[in-house]
Amino acid sequence: MRNLFNRLLKLLGISLFAISSTVAYADYKWNLQEPVTPMAKDTLHVHNMFMLICIAIFLVVLAIMIWSIIYHRKDKGYKASTVSGPTSGMQIVWTIVPFLILLYIDFILMGIPAWHAVAMMEDTKTDAQMVVKITASQWKWQYDYPEEGIQFVSTLSTPASQIDNSIAKGEHYLLEVDNPLVLPINKKVRFLMTSSDVVHEWWVPAFGAKRNAIPGFIREIWATIEKPGTYRGQCTELCGKGHGFMPVVVEAVSEEKYQEWVAAKKQEMQSRVLSGSADTQKGVENQPSQAKTQAAGVISVAAAI
Amino acid sequence: MSDAQNHSHYYVPNPSPYPVLMGSGIFLLALGFILNMNSFGLGSWTMIAGAALIVLVMYNWFGTVAGESEGGSYSKWEDRSFRMGMTWFIASEVAFFAAFFGALFYVRTISVPGLAEPNQLWQGFTGAWPSAGPMGEKFTPMGAWGLPAINTMLLLTSGATVTWAHWGLLANKRAQLNIGLFLTVALGVTFMFVQGYEYYHAYSELGLTLGAGAYGATFFMLTGFHGFHVSMGAIMLAVILIRCLKGHFKPESHFGFEGVAWYWHFVDVVWLGLFIFVYWL
Amino acid sequence: MTTATATHDAHDDHGHPTGIGRWLFATNHKDIGTMYLTFSLIMFFLGGIMIMLVRAELFQPGLQIMEPELFNQLISVHALVMIFGALMPAAVGMANWLIPMQIGAPDMALPRLNNFSFWMLPPAAILLTLPFTLALFNIGDGAIAAGWTFLPPLSTQGGMGMDFAIFAVHLLGISSVLGSINVVVTIFNLRAPGMTMMKLPLFCWSWLVTAFLLILTIPVLAGAVTMLLTDRHFGTHFFNAAGGGDPILFQHIFWFFGHPEVYILLLPIWGFIPTILSAFSRKPVFAYKAQVYSFWAIGGMSMIVWAHHFLTAGLPLAALLYFMYITMAISLPLAVLFYCWIAGMWRGAMSFEVPMLFAVGWIIMFGIGGLTGLVLADAAADAQYHGTYFVVAHFHYTIFAGGIFGIMTGVYYWLPKFTGHMYNTTIAKWHFWLTMIAFNITFIPQFFVGLAGMPRRVPDYALQFAEFNMISSAGAFVLGASQLLFLYVVISCVRGGIGVKVSPKVWDTADVEGLEFTLPSPPPFHSFTVQPIVK
Ligand code: HEA
Ligand code: HEA
Ligand code: CUA
Ligand SMILES: [Cu+2]
Repeated sequence: MRNLFNRLLKLLGISLFAISSTVAYADYKWNLQEPVTPMAKDTLHVHNMFMLICIAIFLVVLAIMIWSIIYHRKDKGYKASTVSGPTSGMQIVWTIVPFLILLYIDFILMGIPAWHAVAMMEDTKTDAQMVVKITASQWKWQYDYPEEGIQFVSTLSTPASQIDNSIAKGEHYLLEVDNPLVLPINKKVRFLMTSSDVVHEWWVPAFGAKRNAIPGFIREIWATIEKPGTYRGQCTELCGKGHGFMPVVVEAVSEEKYQEWVAAKKQEMQSRVLSGSADTQKGVENQPSQAKTQAAGVISVAAAI
Repeated sequence: MSDAQNHSHYYVPNPSPYPVLMGSGIFLLALGFILNMNSFGLGSWTMIAGAALIVLVMYNWFGTVAGESEGGSYSKWEDRSFRMGMTWFIASEVAFFAAFFGALFYVRTISVPGLAEPNQLWQGFTGAWPSAGPMGEKFTPMGAWGLPAINTMLLLTSGATVTWAHWGLLANKRAQLNIGLFLTVALGVTFMFVQGYEYYHAYSELGLTLGAGAYGATFFMLTGFHGFHVSMGAIMLAVILIRCLKGHFKPESHFGFEGVAWYWHFVDVVWLGLFIFVYWL
Repeated sequence: MTTATATHDAHDDHGHPTGIGRWLFATNHKDIGTMYLTFSLIMFFLGGIMIMLVRAELFQPGLQIMEPELFNQLISVHALVMIFGALMPAAVGMANWLIPMQIGAPDMALPRLNNFSFWMLPPAAILLTLPFTLALFNIGDGAIAAGWTFLPPLSTQGGMGMDFAIFAVHLLGISSVLGSINVVVTIFNLRAPGMTMMKLPLFCWSWLVTAFLLILTIPVLAGAVTMLLTDRHFGTHFFNAAGGGDPILFQHIFWFFGHPEVYILLLPIWGFIPTILSAFSRKPVFAYKAQVYSFWAIGGMSMIVWAHHFLTAGLPLAALLYFMYITMAISLPLAVLFYCWIAGMWRGAMSFEVPMLFAVGWIIMFGIGGLTGLVLADAAADAQYHGTYFVVAHFHYTIFAGGIFGIMTGVYYWLPKFTGHMYNTTIAKWHFWLTMIAFNITFIPQFFVGLAGMPRRVPDYALQFAEFNMISSAGAFVLGASQLLFLYVVISCVRGGIGVKVSPKVWDTADVEGLEFTLPSPPPFHSFTVQPIVK
């Protein structure tokens, strides 16, 4: 307990300092991340539109209210009306119109694009060009490429010393892994998801793709990545103490680079099988072994803090 | 509202120690249960203390209410409060069973079929009901037309006898009342014994246990909670029987009797649902 | 709407109970109401302290003051304590105080049951928090850490704290169901002659719907956690695929309760907001009937929209579309309510005493919460919101601003009635402004971090979320501290306030409605020993 108190005090000190230097951070993020799949583009569009509609409703209602607050005041000598409901024809029209508008907004303006987006989101199979199997477990992701016979595990690679604040945090703090998922661009990838312990959730914001990985069941989503790059996401279903330390990193590369990577990966797996050190459960790592131990240590260190 | 006008004085009881004691009893029972499940030594004793307190309080609390009732503290107005209260209590019980029936329908129509092929995780699993799931052990499901059918008859008859007893009470035929009630209690107890034997049979011969996957879980939880309600109902009926033997209740005011009778009918109806969806279909 | 000829004599109290026994053994609706409200206030502060620790941890990236396990426990217990310990008991406390007075009854219909409902709460609170204490002595591994939504298999994995939470929920459930039965019976059976259903104050109507929802959904929650318990300890496989069960089954059962629950929290407040608006606008409640029908519509629809809480769990397409549209449809009855509130102020002669300030602020903030809810309902876009801070911000706008803030509105309106003293309005206004500002500073940034991709329920986060989290934490500390003002106002008001005795009508508004204002302030021990005749 005293320990906790000391830390709180220390924190207070740091915070006072930090508040005064908030301006130092510049890179504000307000909205959804830049989309790179058709699904994410659609979602961003729908989201922006809905937000604008809602802000508009909010402002209109607020404006009416504020108008009323300014003009219909007792201290301005305003005499209260005694209306207790719409009576005349005109008043009834005034009452009905907002609901027609709302119906229109709910089920046409918002409803129709939403229908299309949902239908698109759920259509995982049409023209799918490759499959990746994702198996979640506490607190890592295992990726399988059934067509290629590639399989590996991806875990957080941020060192524990960054998490416990003993060294400065790196640029991709908590959003970096030892073995990222490598995917070709412009190919419709179908992800099949399951879990080996509790429910997790695989999410890459830039793909607009998020789905629960449920033990014993298979769920699917898809993504066609349109731009090469590194995309980062996180597990979004509470899955225990390591829930915050279970990032997803996807590296999207051109088809050629992807083929090169597949070949290299296969080679590597091959040599491992030959040297007899392959552990199918744990998969293979293409990173220096030091990174791996660090990553494995993170969870336990984070737990021990 | 009409009789509200006639009774300007609603009976508000004096301060009473029972609620807070009852709360403490339930607290001890819950705490003991938790400790017990996590293998702490004091668990069982805490549970026993809690249960004892609950029984003691119930005895006195219901005794007080019966005394007030016989002592004429309640008019039609208060009587109606009790009736409405009981009605809504039974409604909440229905909702409780609905959760388990919902679970049954879900596993039967969604999760078990969903685990069958083409779900590659469980190759060879067909998903036919009754099922203990892809990794479940073998078991034989409980047939509907043996003991369960007998139990159905028992409960339906007991519903009739309690109504017959009620007619007796209304017509002030005390013998009919007492005999009817006695028969109802007897039928209820017989039901419990048959159910107990059925469980024994399931565990020892059919391999049907609480752990037998989705089927075992829904089977035992539904019939188990029903059985628990039957025992509660039988105990309440027995209490009412004792009160009847003491000469309590009048043709025009007998909420205690009616409340328990309603409860009994509710337990009956739940059984019909069980018989159809758990045993039969 | 309801004018009454109060024929009241205040000397009817027989044997005023005193001392601790007055509270322990209470059968009086006002005493029990007071206990509920006090309990709720204590729980509010308890839940608040927990989340202040959480916000302190989230002040900066990195783990500073607690390990992830404790973090998960704190958020889970924060939510359970706030919802079941602070908000629901507050609503029941208000119901206990007000319903008998508003319908002209002597007391609640089943007074001993009423006290029993209350005495289930402290044991439940102990069960929720005891695991923290036990963990200090190295017994068990702390409180429930699976979130307030108990999602298995994480919850089947958890330690002893999980069992404590399950039983706490059972006790809370018993309390709510019995309390609701009491409310229903009181409203149906104890109305004063002439008080027809369509003359009931809106607060009674909305509580009636609340009570029905509680009676129908709390037992379902009890069923869900019972299955969880048997899965944990007795070998059943409800939520385990190996045995043919499914974790998503739990989601279905839990949210069948969970969504009605959010309206259970707000319905009582929707009941008294229009009353307060009408009092300070000096104008009758607008479209009374439409509001009553909306309560019913919301109550009914709340039970068929549950799956919008797990739209990303992989439901079939048809289900996604159904739950999306039906959820959006709830905005219609709510828009009716909004319309009525605003129309209730329109062309009134408004004055801005403390309760009115709160009511207006409440409309704005709940509006934000409701509209973001509408956005969440979109099944495709929800893939980007679900499990992020966007959801956290949404529900604090509805649940803190709509719920706690709403209850405070009611307390500021009726507290002088209850105590007979006026409170310090200057401090109350400070409380209003500080809460409004600090609340928005706390939760607006959470919308942004949520959209930018910050998951909820994480003790640590990536660097791009740092600024907003810092602002949010700073806001939260101010928000927390300003609640101390509320505490001060309430306690000092109970102890005599600013020394001004208030009239039976309390507020100087042309004609405040409601039978409670025909009674003296504070009202006599037994509200109406002789029922008034309502014309
Ligand atoms: C009291 C609480 C409360 C209330 C009232 C609501 C109201 C609503 N909620 Fe919310 N919700 C929660 C509490 C609440 N919610 C909680 C606690 C969670 C998270 C649970 C968890 O996972 O832990 C949640 C989560 C949640 C989700 C799941 C998100 C996710 O996890 O993916 C969704 C999705 O559809 C949703 C939708 C809605 C909708 C459509 C409403 C509708 O009822 C809203 C209707 C209202 C309006 C549409 C406003 C109408 C207003 C106007 C027309 C005028 C506006 C005027 C002015 C602003 C002046 N809510
Ligand atoms: C009625 C419900 C209710 C209420 C009132 C609140 C009130 C608050 N909540 Fe809570 N909250 C929930 C219901 C509620 N919450 C739920 C359901 C969850 C989801 C949990 C889950 O994921 O399972 C949640 C989760 C949640 C989170 C997300 C945690 C996470 O996902 O990691 C956060 C983060 O900021 C948060 C913040 C706050 C804050 C700042 C308040 C403030 O309004 C609190 C203000 C009150 C006080 C602070 C107490 C009074 C003051 C004092 C005791 C004085 C001392 C304090 C100081 C001097 C600072 N809440
Ligand atoms: Cu895995 Cu959260
Ligand atoms: Cu909901």
